Amino acid sequence: MDWEIVIGIETHAQLSTASKIFSGASTAFGAAPNTQASAVDIALPGVLPVANKGAVERAIRFGLAVGGEKVINRRSVFARKNYFYPDLPKGYQISQYELPIVTGGEVRIPTRNGEKAIRLTRAHLEEDAGKSLHEDFRGMSGIDLNRAGVPLLEIVSEPDMRSAEEAVAYAKALHVLVRWIGICDGNMQEGSFRCDANVSVRRPGAPLGTRAEIKNLNSFRFLERAIEFEARRQIEILEDGGRIVQETRLYDSDRDETRPMRSKEEAHDYRYFPDPDLLPLEVSEKWISEIEAALPELPEMKRERYVSEFKISPATALQLTSDRDKAEFFERSVGAADIVAFPTAPQDIAFTMVGEITSLLNEEGLDFSESPIKAEQLAKLRVRVLDGSISSKSAKEVLSEMWSGASDPDEIIAAKGLKQISDAGAVEKIVDEVLAANAKQVEDYRAGKEKAFNSLVGQVMKATKGKANPAQVNEMLKRKLTG
Amino acid sequence: MLNASLKELFAALAQKKVSSVELTRFFLERIERLNGALNAFITVDPDKSLAQARAADGSIARRDAKLLTGIPVAHKDIFVARGWLTTCGSKMLSNFTAPYDAHVIERFNSSGAVVLGKTNMDEFAMGSSSETSFYGPVRNPWGPDCVPGGSSGGSAAAIAARLAPAATGTDTGGSIRQPAALSGLSGLKPTYGLVSRYGMIAFASSLDQGGPMAKSAEDLALLLNVMAGFDPRDSTSVERAPEDYARDLEKPLAGLRIGVPKEHFGEGLAADVGRAVEAALAQLEKLGAKRVAIELPNSGLSVPAYYVIAPAEASSNLSRFDGVRYGHRASDYSDLADMYRKTRAEGFGAEVRRRILIGTYVLSHGYYDAYYLKAQKIRRLIADDFGSAFGRCDVIVGPTSPTVAFKIGAKAADPVQMYLNDIYTIPANLAGLPGMSIPCGFGGGGLPVGLHLVGNYFSEARMLNVAHQYQLATDWHRRQPPGI
Repeated sequence: MDWEIVIGIETHAQLSTASKIFSGASTAFGAAPNTQASAVDIALPGVLPVANKGAVERAIRFGLAVGGEKVINRRSVFARKNYFYPDLPKGYQISQYELPIVTGGEVRIPTRNGEKAIRLTRAHLEEDAGKSLHEDFRGMSGIDLNRAGVPLLEIVSEPDMRSAEEAVAYAKALHVLVRWIGICDGNMQEGSFRCDANVSVRRPGAPLGTRAEIKNLNSFRFLERAIEFEARRQIEILEDGGRIVQETRLYDSDRDETRPMRSKEEAHDYRYFPDPDLLPLEVSEKWISEIEAALPELPEMKRERYVSEFKISPATALQLTSDRDKAEFFERSVGAADIVAFPTAPQDIAFTMVGEITSLLNEEGLDFSESPIKAEQLAKLRVRVLDGSISSKSAKEVLSEMWSGASDPDEIIAAKGLKQISDAGAVEKIVDEVLAANAKQVEDYRAGKEKAFNSLVGQVMKATKGKANPAQVNEMLKRKLTG
Repeated sequence: MLNASLKELFAALAQKKVSSVELTRFFLERIERLNGALNAFITVDPDKSLAQARAADGSIARRDAKLLTGIPVAHKDIFVARGWLTTCGSKMLSNFTAPYDAHVIERFNSSGAVVLGKTNMDEFAMGSSSETSFYGPVRNPWGPDCVPGGSSGGSAAAIAARLAPAATGTDTGGSIRQPAALSGLSGLKPTYGLVSRYGMIAFASSLDQGGPMAKSAEDLALLLNVMAGFDPRDSTSVERAPEDYARDLEKPLAGLRIGVPKEHFGEGLAADVGRAVEAALAQLEKLGAKRVAIELPNSGLSVPAYYVIAPAEASSNLSRFDGVRYGHRASDYSDLADMYRKTRAEGFGAEVRRRILIGTYVLSHGYYDAYYLKAQKIRRLIADDFGSAFGRCDVIVGPTSPTVAFKIGAKAADPVQMYLNDIYTIPANLAGLPGMSIPCGFGGGGLPVGLHLVGNYFSEARMLNVAHQYQLATDWHRRQPPGI
């Protein structure tokens, strides 16, 4: 009998504010230890937290993007999560517990069977802890509080994913979204976007199984492999008649396995209660409307529009909307093309973008905002192919010149003499000459040898130095040979 | 100088009858002589104080005097002051020199006052007798075997013994008003949010409020003018237009409706205190006030509710004292958990440990609803009681404390008896209302009795008016302890 894998994901997205969530200290990555820890961050006696409006604004932006104004709680409450750890200076973490700022919403992901909506349970604001460093201190531990108080949005999904592939698609869609709306830089190496996966397995239709939580997965690949390993592990245990223990596990990428995080499961009682130093977070209708008005068109909406308006395939539309720069590049390019005269130009531009240009950019580690080929010039080039001025083959040559710095495709076409002969009379003259000089091939073709036809085309192209339009040549040859 | 009001000191300074250095030396010398017996101060630093006094004299010479320029003020050791040892009465912070100024200290500094020293207090403000300090108990100048009240007992004893003209205190359940009552002083706990808590070491954040302690209501008004004000670093600080709290001092009391809650005159109130308070009520009536009987039906629940909420918040607020970054750390430990255990067991006294345990318990899974949540509901009921009462009266008047000062050690072994000291003061903290105590006579042993005033939100100017008019008609506040 089959097993069904059930996955829910908790994501910690670092909000892209310049200062921390409850203090004025900088959030910049990579500073010397403890140089970005203020009196508030190190929890000196007497200090108090003050909520960062920018962090709240970003959380609202997220809520609007995943569910609109109805998922934004007008009143949410900061609570204290109490536990002792050396990198937690106050002895509690300020988070949101019973009343988070966002309740509900969904993220749409592509699957093999079309689009699927992954429901969100909630998203809440909280502060990050510091970092404990256990090496280099000869039996002691070093504490770096630069991260303490960095603003996080914890995004919790429902257990709606049914495979590692769907989990990755969800994480990727979320990763695109948070960067798209400008609330998180998405840098996974620096820990700005990290996922915990809750994994369980069950027989289809059965109630949810006992889950294991795999912590701190900081790449899509690790997320995928950790879930695959964990699901296999659980299935093996169950098939051997064993039971799954609810626990927190870590993924070891070197050994490609998950293992328990604590040898002994400690029952934590965090003693949550509303933080009396912070008033309930009240957000006004006016503020929500202002934030909503400034929200960019979302990737989902763009995808739908590309498919219906430009006849782009859903798969290509997904690629075009993997980041905002790329989508903007595409739209600028389409805007520069005459799509009334050349209705297929958007598909042509999209094809070149996700193909040739993407591989060129990837080689150099650039993104679309840094592309040496400008969106308007790409449009011009593709129109030259569509209007028959140059061949697709020549277009590749022009594109490579554009990449190397020359910007105007028309200048490149002229300089390289790539313009096709589209004057029918000129082409016909050459075709007649070739037919006259190759009587044998003409005879072979008429006798049913298809190959002879290709040879004749080749002769014409050679005689025009490749500048004839192959479609035109084909058509003309066929007419003359059968006529 | 001993009995001069702040206004008189200000005038003497302005007229160059005395310099700030002379004034500061005068009080430092008294502290030097008398503090050994009273234990009112934890830290004095004459060099620092005199440097401020010299600067103040410079300002006066340049005719650049501010509200309190040159006047020495003592501060409860719960306010952090840059460069000063700030202990909160605890071994835990016995080595902590503050690197920044509390908002209250900033306000005093910018109004030209001189920091005279840091006063003794119950450890982390947890107590009603100033006996729980790591630095030993404070003695009441009115009766050396008696407590001065607490937790701001050091500030109270300092003013009562004329070691300081004025002082700051903090009040979570009565910690300004009860020591003011037991030490024959005037003390004001402002509306929650009026005085910034930034730099005031937290005991119970939703209840803590800083305020002034002095010899008269008139002095309190001046001090509150300095202390009150919006501070963006405290999210619970209230943003409102600045007020002159002395503006209504001289208004007559004709037409004033004083509410007298029957619940504050029942069982537990000592007869001597009751008599003094009754006489004070009669005096207020003589001044034109009308007496209105009111009810505060839920006030009996205030002590139990308080002893859930305050310890709950304290248990979390005091988690930062873990030996990791500053303060006391045990010298010998085997691992991290052992370091925490030993540091906190050594660093905190018995009362603080008791409250951390209570607070941890009431917030625990399975108990939260029964204790913490229920206490919060009671808190709302108590606030509602006051809301209805203020529909019928302008100020509520009663006793501050059920008894006069008790003997040192008398209640130390019985926490519940100790907690009941604050039965009349706690409701104002739970509701966030301003409360005040002024001297209104003497009870057994010649010990002072305090009259408690509770006003509506932000009605400090009106309360000070009532207190000042009472003090114009009486001289209880001018009495000083024998032998001073």
